[in-house]
Amino acid sequence: MIINLAYIIACVLFILGIKNLNKPSTARKGNMLAALGVLIAVVAVFFENDVVQSWNADNFMQNGYVWIIIALVIGSIIGLIWSKKVKMTGMPELVALYNGFGGLASALVAFVQFLQAPEGNDAIASVAIGIAIFIGALAFSGSMLAWGKLSEKITGRAIVFKGQNALNLLLLLVVIATIVIYALPGIDSSIRFTAIIVLSAVSLVFGITFVLPIGGGDMPVVISLINSFTGLAVAAAGFIISNTVLIVAGCLVGASGTILTLIMCKAMNRSVGNLLFSGFGAVDSGSGKGPGAEPKSISAEDAYLILEAAQSVVFIPGYGMAVAQAQHVVKELAEKLEANGAEVNYAVHPVAGRMPGHMNVLLAEADIPYEQLKTMDDMNPVMPTQDVAIVIGANDVVNPAAETDPSSPIYGMPIIKAYQARTVFVLKRGKGRGFSGIENELFSMPNTLMIYGDAKGTISSLSGEFNAE
Amino acid sequence: MDTILLIFIFVIAAFLGKELISKVPSQLHTPLMSATNAISGITVVGAFVALAASAGGGTLGMVLAFIAIVLATINLVGGFMVTERMLEMFRKKEDKK
Repeated sequence: MIINLAYIIACVLFILGIKNLNKPSTARKGNMLAALGVLIAVVAVFFENDVVQSWNADNFMQNGYVWIIIALVIGSIIGLIWSKKVKMTGMPELVALYNGFGGLASALVAFVQFLQAPEGNDAIASVAIGIAIFIGALAFSGSMLAWGKLSEKITGRAIVFKGQNALNLLLLLVVIATIVIYALPGIDSSIRFTAIIVLSAVSLVFGITFVLPIGGGDMPVVISLINSFTGLAVAAAGFIISNTVLIVAGCLVGASGTILTLIMCKAMNRSVGNLLFSGFGAVDSGSGKGPGAEPKSISAEDAYLILEAAQSVVFIPGYGMAVAQAQHVVKELAEKLEANGAEVNYAVHPVAGRMPGHMNVLLAEADIPYEQLKTMDDMNPVMPTQDVAIVIGANDVVNPAAETDPSSPIYGMPIIKAYQARTVFVLKRGKGRGFSGIENELFSMPNTLMIYGDAKGTISSLSGEFNAE
Repeated sequence: MDTILLIFIFVIAAFLGKELISKVPSQLHTPLMSATNAISGITVVGAFVALAASAGGGTLGMVLAFIAIVLATINLVGGFMVTERMLEMFRKKEDKK
């Protein structure tokens, strides 16, 4: 009874926590409340019957509490160290990694439940076990691959091969078949065992083939989607052990991940299905018109002269800014520009970077005032009045082909209309084609000037010019 | 517990989640994602039950449940800490004004 009461309190705290996360001023409180909710649930479960009984185990080595405490300590230490050490730019990888761990944990919980009842559970619990193993294992291997792509341990490009969709469909059918076999009553236990092993293996493979064709530019969507999977795996685990906290928490996380996924997809004007099955960015398309005029480049000194005369400047950050760790020097340059009488804003595209809201976190890290961070919809109408737009390591989100070229893979995606600004500076590492591999017409437009080199170095030398004056 | 009741809870939570999350502005999407990600570490509760239930019997079950607790705890502790670090940056700015 008291345990259930504690669970209710925990659920209420999760809900309040998420509610408080919708405003910057209360967000920290929200995070605290959610953490407190978890703590209460964790303490409460110590008093669950199953757990209490393990206290009476014959010998010390089989006492559940001992192992639970040891595991908790190990996990807490690792979690603490990783979170302290990570740089803000490495955040997407870490979130992907944590996500994968959560997914695997849920899959393992389900697997252990299966081991405990080899003769079979009731049908609902069996299906829940199957689903938890499937989604959990999928989220794990998918996250590991996303982590590899994000930390550039493997190529971030989309990898597609012939028959990929057919293979995924086949894997999915195997998954469904094994869950059905496992859940059917009266099946021989050795067959049921085989079914679960096959299910686990196939789910792990499925996570890989599922994330493989998705390019780096689409990572914000993948991370949110896997986040929602992890949540659903938790909810499925809740069904197995009839635990309401797991169901509510898992469902909230699932809803959050799903909604973020839909927001991201909308920001790219693509359906979830299209995103998962088209292998976006793997093909060299959008080059139907051939490369246009050669982009004009300019030195930092000359760019300074234009900036000095500018009354309004808008920064458009992308993943390149994160890679170059340029957010602090951007802030420095922005202050100089403001001292020089210019109005400074930042236009943030919903899918800029590698996770939802990635750019906002980096700019916040550099202490950039909240009010200067404008969304795409706020900034686009006033873009023609801007003297200078500075594109820092962003590419697809400013590519006019999304509006003009129906053959482009990103056609129809809403973009930040940087090309409408009077002058556009594009800061770029080299003449390559960026993460998605799509040709960008913006670079060769008459009002565009390229500044090649490391974004951080370029911005520092621009603000250096202001000092020299 | 009655399965129908559990499904009922699940459905209500889904709608509640939708209402709550839709109100979060895009600036806070990363902290939201990382906080909800941390919440999914609550599966540690399931791992406790799994470990305790296998304590008397199967060793394989105990080992797997032990690993599950470690992983879920990393997810939990790490997730909340990282979210806190991010939100700390949002706060600094507001104090200045």
